[in-house]
Amino acid sequence: MLKLERISKVYKVGVFGGKELTAVRDVSFDVEPGEVVSLIGESGSGKTTIGRMVLRLASVSSGAITLDGVDVSTVKGSGLKGYYRKVQGVFQDPFSSYNPIFKADRVFGMIRDQYFPEVGGTEWRHKIGASLEAVRLDPDQVLHKYPHQLSGGQLQRLLIARALLLDIKLLVADEIISMLDASTRIDVLNLLADLKARGLGILFITHDLSLGNYVSEKTVILRRGAVVEMGATELVFGNPLHPYTKKLLASVPQLHKKWEQVEAELEVRDGHAPGGDGEPTTLVEAEDGHFVARGERG
Amino acid sequence: MSTVSLRVENLRVWYRTLRGDVQALDDVTFAVADGEIMGLAGESGCGKSTLGKSLIRLDGRMRHVDGTVELDGKQLPIWDTAKMNGFRFKEVSIIPQYAMSAMNPTRKIGKMVEELLESRGVGFGAMRAELDRRLELVELSRDVLDRYPIELSGGMKQRMVMVLSTLLNPSLLIADEVTSALDVSTQKAVAETLVGFRDRGFVKSMIVITHDVSLVYQIADSIMVMYAGKLAEKAPTDVLVAAPRHPYTQLLISSLPEVGVRYADKRLTGIPGTPPSLLHPPVGCRFRDRCPLAFEKCLEEPPFVEIEPDHFVACWKAS
Repeated sequence: MLKLERISKVYKVGVFGGKELTAVRDVSFDVEPGEVVSLIGESGSGKTTIGRMVLRLASVSSGAITLDGVDVSTVKGSGLKGYYRKVQGVFQDPFSSYNPIFKADRVFGMIRDQYFPEVGGTEWRHKIGASLEAVRLDPDQVLHKYPHQLSGGQLQRLLIARALLLDIKLLVADEIISMLDASTRIDVLNLLADLKARGLGILFITHDLSLGNYVSEKTVILRRGAVVEMGATELVFGNPLHPYTKKLLASVPQLHKKWEQVEAELEVRDGHAPGGDGEPTTLVEAEDGHFVARGERG
Repeated sequence: MSTVSLRVENLRVWYRTLRGDVQALDDVTFAVADGEIMGLAGESGCGKSTLGKSLIRLDGRMRHVDGTVELDGKQLPIWDTAKMNGFRFKEVSIIPQYAMSAMNPTRKIGKMVEELLESRGVGFGAMRAELDRRLELVELSRDVLDRYPIELSGGMKQRMVMVLSTLLNPSLLIADEVTSALDVSTQKAVAETLVGFRDRGFVKSMIVITHDVSLVYQIADSIMVMYAGKLAEKAPTDVLVAAPRHPYTQLLISSLPEVGVRYADKRLTGIPGTPPSLLHPPVGCRFRDRCPLAFEKCLEEPPFVEIEPDHFVACWKAS
C-alpha cells in the first residue's frame, strides 16, 4: 500500500543555507493494509521527519513515496484532498492539537464541511457515533465539551476518531502514547490493534521500544536518519544483529530483569558500530525478511 | 536494620486555588533509611512531585497543613521558606525536572557555581579540586566551567546540574523525573550515575521520583507507589515488583508492555476510569471507584500499615 523508496531529506542550515544536514538517508520500507510498522529511533534519528514526509508536511529531497502506486509528492489540489481522505496523522501532544475554544463536535463539523457537505444530519450523527464507538468513547461524554474538560487519553482517541471519519487507509501515529499515563496508554495501544484488525495500516513512530514490541508486526530501527535494522518484530527484538539495536535493547529498563543481566544475554560490546559517523552502509538480508546495516569498510 | 535518615509523619500539603483547597498530599507517613535509594512512582497528578517539592521548598500556592519532616534527627522547618535556606542545598538538595533550564543562562557555568557556593558561605577555591574530580566522574571536561549553559547539549546540562546539586554532599537528594526527557541510552547512564553518587557517599539517601516503574526497578532499593495524593504501597524493590499487594500496584504493573516479552495475540489491560479530583476527594479509599476488589469496608479509609517487615500497604484486602 504505502511504499517508501530510497527517500532522503536534506535540510539547508547555517547562514544563507550554506551547510547541508541530512536528516533522513536512503530509507526504504513499506506498510501493508492491516499492518502496524514501528519506526523506532532516538531523538534526531529522523523518525518524525519520515512521518511528516508521508503526511506531505515536509517535501522529499530524493526518492519516492507512493500510495497504491500513486506518487504522493506530486499530488496537488483535489488530488491532495483525496490523499488526506486516505492518510491522516495523530501527533504527540493532544493538548496542543486542538483549538482550545472549539468544542469537540465542532472539530468533527469541520471535517463535514470539508469532505462531506452532501451528507445529511442524521446520517452524519450516525457516522460520528460509529467512529466514536470504534475508539470506545461515549458520545454524550465527549461531544459537547471543550478540550480542557477532557483527559489526554480521551483527546488522543477523539483525534483518531476524527481520522476514522474519513475512511482512512493509513494512520501516521507520531508518539501518540508518550504523553499518556501508564494506566491509560495500554488502552490506546489496544485500540490501534483493533483498528489494524479492521484493515488499517499504521505507521507507529516512537522512541519507546517496549511499545513498538507490543503493537507492531514490523520494526524499523533508525539511527541518524538511516535504517540500521529492520524486519519482522519478533526477529528484530528476538534476535537483534546490529550493535546499535543491541545497545538500545540493553538500555531499556525492564521490569523483571536488571540491566546487567540483559547486557550479558545480549553480549553488548563497545565496539565498532557500522554507520556511526555517517559512514555509508548497505542493508544486508541476514535471514528471511530481516535486514541489517553492514559497513562498506567491512 | 540501618538507621533512619528521613522520617516524614502525617504530612499534609494542599494547593490553594480559587475553587478551594486541592488536597494534593494527604496524611503521608514514611521513612527512608541511611544509604537507601527510594523510588517514588505514580501517575501524573498523584502528588509525587508535590511530595518532592515539600521536602525542599513550598512554592507560593502550596500550604503546609499538618505533619512533620525529620532529617538525621533534626526537624526541617518546611513551612518556613526563609528558615529552610539553612538546609537547602547543604542538607537537602534537588535535581529538578527540567534540568535543561535550571541554570542561569546569563552566567558562565563556573561563575554561577562560584556565586552559588558563596551564597552558602563556601569558598570556590576550596571546592575547586573536588569540583574538578566530580566533573571528571561524570565525563565532563573542565572547560564547561568557562562556557555558557546554551553551549552544552541536553545530556551535558543534565550531568552538570547533577554535579552541582550534590556538590556540598547533602544528606538527602531528590531527583524529580530526571530521566524522562532523555533518550534510552542516556537515561541509563544518568540512572547509573545516581547510584554512583550514593555508592561514593556524595549523598546519604535519595528519592527518585518517576512515572516509570521499570526505571526505578533498575536502581532503587525500595519503591513507594502513590495514588491520588495518598500512599498506596511501599516495599523493597523486588517484593513490590514480584508480589505487589495493593490492587492499584498490581494493575499498574500488569499493564506495562515490556521488550523481553513476545505478545503475539496476548492483550494487556489498562485500568478503567480516571483518578478522582483532589478538590473534593471521595471518602474512604481513593482507588475505590476503579478497584475490582472494592467492597463496603472501602468506604472507610484504609490505614497505611506494615503487613510484613518493610512492606506497607493501604488496602483492606491486603492486611
